[in-house]
Amino acid sequence: MNMLPYIRFELLRTLRNRRFFLLSLGFPLVLFFLIAGPQRNVHNLGGTGISAPLYFMVGMVSFGTMSTMLSCGARIAAERAVGWNRQLRISPLSTRSYFRAKVLTAYLMALLSMLVLYVSGVSLGVSMPAGDWARMTLLILIALVPFAALGIAIGHMLTPDSIGPAMGGGVALLALLGGTWFPVPSHGFLHDIGQLLPSYWLVQAGHIALGAQPWGTKAWVVVIGWTVVLAAVARRAYRRDTGRV
Amino acid sequence: MTSAIQATVLRKSYGSIEAVRGIDLSIEAGETVALLGPNGAGKSTTIDMILGLAEPDSGSVAVLGGSPSAAIDAGSVGAMLQTGALIRDLSVRELVEMVASLYPTPLAVEETLELTGLSEIAGQRTQKLSGGQTQRVRFAVALVSNPKLLVLDEPTVAMDVEGRHSFWTTMREQAAKGRTILFATHYLEEADAYADRAILMAHGQVVADGPTTEIKAMVGSRTIRATLPDVDLEALERLPGVSGAERRGEAIVLACADSDEAIRALLAAYPGARDIEFLAAGLEQAFLQLTGDGSQAQMGALS
Repeated sequence: MNMLPYIRFELLRTLRNRRFFLLSLGFPLVLFFLIAGPQRNVHNLGGTGISAPLYFMVGMVSFGTMSTMLSCGARIAAERAVGWNRQLRISPLSTRSYFRAKVLTAYLMALLSMLVLYVSGVSLGVSMPAGDWARMTLLILIALVPFAALGIAIGHMLTPDSIGPAMGGGVALLALLGGTWFPVPSHGFLHDIGQLLPSYWLVQAGHIALGAQPWGTKAWVVVIGWTVVLAAVARRAYRRDTGRV
Repeated sequence: MTSAIQATVLRKSYGSIEAVRGIDLSIEAGETVALLGPNGAGKSTTIDMILGLAEPDSGSVAVLGGSPSAAIDAGSVGAMLQTGALIRDLSVRELVEMVASLYPTPLAVEETLELTGLSEIAGQRTQKLSGGQTQRVRFAVALVSNPKLLVLDEPTVAMDVEGRHSFWTTMREQAAKGRTILFATHYLEEADAYADRAILMAHGQVVADGPTTEIKAMVGSRTIRATLPDVDLEALERLPGVSGAERRGEAIVLACADSDEAIRALLAAYPGARDIEFLAAGLEQAFLQLTGDGSQAQMGALS
């Protein structure tokens, strides 16, 4: 089966969904300009030596990409709610292809979100060597893997009505604890909790652009650990949903 | 003749509810079969098992010579489920095109849209359709797969009159092309008119299975109508061959297990009976009688 048409329509549907567009793509963008705009000439944010636009661009990228990844869960929930998932189950589309298309769409949207924010950053004076852009992007894409699994899991567990608030609240919390809005303290309780969250390492991935350390062992352990756990949760949620426990 | 569907001693329970209690089904390629039964008869559960959406607790079901999932994966089965809405943000044409792309040998999208009367609204977004239009799109989605086996669960329930008419016209054409068609329905007149064969289900079991004409003959019930005032209904019900009696003003209506016996007995006991009419049983009556809903229901079925 040629998956291209199916994926094309999946992308089309996603982009045409106004709620998704505004929330996952528009919101981080607006926020970025609201916060970084007035501070565009701040080149030493809070004594860190990092320019404000750069810092906030990176923060918004983690926030925005988290949202786009989890939104694949919102699409799954919506399809379940209208029974379309059953219609697909009686078609030759394999379960694997179904999820591949969902995750691919989520990643493409994440890339779109990044692109939009990068361009916005550049418009406010952000400038980095090409290699930094590339490494940051790659590591962010890897850091998003647990969120793909989380999206699939919550897509099977929540209804379209509850998924909105759950996602919004969840992303906000993860973003906060992960250091999107302001740096996580370098020691103490928040530091310890933060380091256990995949969102923290997502933000850290972005901070490579700010000259931060690349991921160490701990980062990989946390990210891979979360991926394994969330993938198992997703599988169970799927099985229970399809009555094949 | 190859077998399209072969089910043996199929059982399925949901918790404490026995939805399907050991049914046997055999449908040959090219047949058009109606699965009839009231709500809760087990039709949808049976269809779910045929389509691989539910696993039987025991027994087996083979579709087109293999497991349901094998037939589904090969793209040989198209189905219209009882409930379900359409995903939004795509036009009708786009949705049908998307589904078509999942199958190995789909019908042409434009042709399918024409067959299902959707050409005019092909550009509309799915969330803007009426209930009847949505149902037509769901039929198009089932049909575009160009399946060997077409399974439809209560297909015309939400359709408007025009939609229903064009639906059955298209179905006749598809049957003529050699597709095997299984449809579950409440609309007994349609089953009577469009199915070669009817399988009646009630309480999770197959109650009758055969050509619709045979099923009608099997029950052999007819109704006798006559003008006969002032006669006690109970007395009439005690006549041989009579299974139920009802009064309509001056007339009486008798549901008969054996109408020949009944008419002889009636005329012997009440020679004054006038304007005597025999009414043949429709499928509805056969159905109601066989599913044991009693002579009360038979009365209700009479015109």
